[in-house]
Amino acid sequence: MSQQTPGLAIETAGLVKTFGETRAVDGVDLAVPTGTVYGVLGPNGAGKTTTVKMLATLLRPDGGEAHVFGHDVVREADEVRGRVSLTGQYASVDEDLTGTENLVLLGRLLGHHKKAARERAAQLLEAFGLTEAAGKQVKNYSGGMRRRIDIAASILNTPDLLFLDEPTTGLDPRSRNQVWDIVRAVVSQGTTVLLTTQYLDEADQLASRIAVIDRGKVIAEGTKGELKASVGAGSVHLRLREAEQRPEASRVLRQVLQADVQLEPDPVALTARVGAGASNGQGAAEQAAAALAELARVGVVVDNFSLGQPSLDEVFLALTGHDTKVHDEPQAHDAKDGAAA
Amino acid sequence: MSTATTTETKELAPVSTESLAALLVAKERPPRPSAWSASLTFGWRAILKIKHVPEQLFDVTAFPIMMVLMYTYLFGGALAGSPREYIQFLLPGILVMSVVMITMYTGVSVNTDIEKGVFDRFRSLPIWRPSTMVGYLLGDALRYTIASVVMLTVGIILGYRPDGGPGGVIAGILLLVVFSFAFSWIWTMFGLLLRTEKSVMGVSMMVIFPLTFLSNVFVDPRTMPGWLQAFVNNSPVTHLASAVRELMAGEWPTAEIAWSLGWAGVFVLVFGPITMRLYNRK
Repeated sequence: MSQQTPGLAIETAGLVKTFGETRAVDGVDLAVPTGTVYGVLGPNGAGKTTTVKMLATLLRPDGGEAHVFGHDVVREADEVRGRVSLTGQYASVDEDLTGTENLVLLGRLLGHHKKAARERAAQLLEAFGLTEAAGKQVKNYSGGMRRRIDIAASILNTPDLLFLDEPTTGLDPRSRNQVWDIVRAVVSQGTTVLLTTQYLDEADQLASRIAVIDRGKVIAEGTKGELKASVGAGSVHLRLREAEQRPEASRVLRQVLQADVQLEPDPVALTARVGAGASNGQGAAEQAAAALAELARVGVVVDNFSLGQPSLDEVFLALTGHDTKVHDEPQAHDAKDGAAA
Repeated sequence: MSTATTTETKELAPVSTESLAALLVAKERPPRPSAWSASLTFGWRAILKIKHVPEQLFDVTAFPIMMVLMYTYLFGGALAGSPREYIQFLLPGILVMSVVMITMYTGVSVNTDIEKGVFDRFRSLPIWRPSTMVGYLLGDALRYTIASVVMLTVGIILGYRPDGGPGGVIAGILLLVVFSFAFSWIWTMFGLLLRTEKSVMGVSMMVIFPLTFLSNVFVDPRTMPGWLQAFVNNSPVTHLASAVRELMAGEWPTAEIAWSLGWAGVFVLVFGPITMRLYNRK
């Protein structure tokens, strides 16, 4: 029954799900090591949620195979359900019930006796800072509280594998940081976490390995370092004093950074990717510094300078050659695996 | 009941990652609940929902009272000489009709629930698969019982005197609730099959009106044309209405009880598996 590599929490091969004409998931191969946070990064409509739903036994794959801790997600769905938990916008809690009622209900369904279910519910509400709201109906919770109770509902029994499907979408930065703290606490106790996100910084903060997914395909996979190296460590943004110096600045940047330079709509602004062409082992900051020094030497006046992480848009542009807009023609797309790390 | 105030806690209590970690250390899992225990837990959820939204009991209180009053006084004089005479015949029948009609709300509540976030969580739990659906129906069985008690009370006030006494009345209600529980599997199927609440309601009406009106609830079928008699005499609602009527009158109608339970079995065996197929594929 198990054709699985030891040490892997999830292993999929050629996973496919079609909805009518659309191939929402189009041959996804994943290998998620146990005890880590694995990030699945992609824009809306990339196939992240569909993949998670198949792995959590909510959707039946149309092709390929998926094993969770060695159990086939179709043939041994019940074993899989016993070891995983799921949190997403679609798998949350009952809005009409209170926080306590929800957790007690789920605790009972997981086999706890009434008293044990009540105790566990109270402890979780306490740990999540929800004791005050415990007796209120969940529909009156704020966004941050909702996400906390959703995650609390997923760890009533400590799962071996926790799916977090876009856990911070729509949250303010503070609530988002708190969700991150929760994820770190969960994984520190040995639970494997599969996290889907649209935000590169979220994957960067939490995940040790990342798969970038687009139009139902994994287009890049690796550690954070590997992925960044493949797209460049970041971008330098420059604002010049004189617009007529821009061609000169562009030439210098291209020469020093060995990367494409993008001219912004603003006639004094330009952007260049750093790190992609680094053959001398320099970090992004050093390369940027070298470029600045060279600009100063040739007499280009720089008013403003910033060095930033590549945005998801830039990663996508680098990996796929298109931006992160939702795509309406999934068929007219051929494999871009040449860009993978 | 429900406070409409949104909890805008600006200063939300912080998450305690230490106590969270301590909670997560516990790796042992209790044994899975039995099928019956999981179903009961879902039934408890239905009761909690009634507690938070008591307005939803409207259809099992006001509606049945309206049915009894309306039909007793509308048809009583014409069909049996007086409302008081007629109610002796009508009450068990109108009880059956109203409760069977109320069952269709099951489909609506299943349908609205699957649109909400909690449904997929239930589906991802390691529990006996039909327990979610059985839970709805257990909660509904409580509603059917409430409706029955309300209608009997009104009937007795209007002059209904069951010869079967409390025993006969309880037996009649029990049979009605068991039948309605089984019959509701039709609605769980439609609730999962159809896309909107409105379409569930529409289809339910199409099924429920002919089924309940074309029966012996209001009048003796012998006054009907032959082709209609053929339908009415074999309708599950007719068998059930006869069985309940005779039970409450102190008789023991073995054949009608058997027919009612037989139909109940058929409903569960046919629509139960279809419901679960749809549930698993949703």
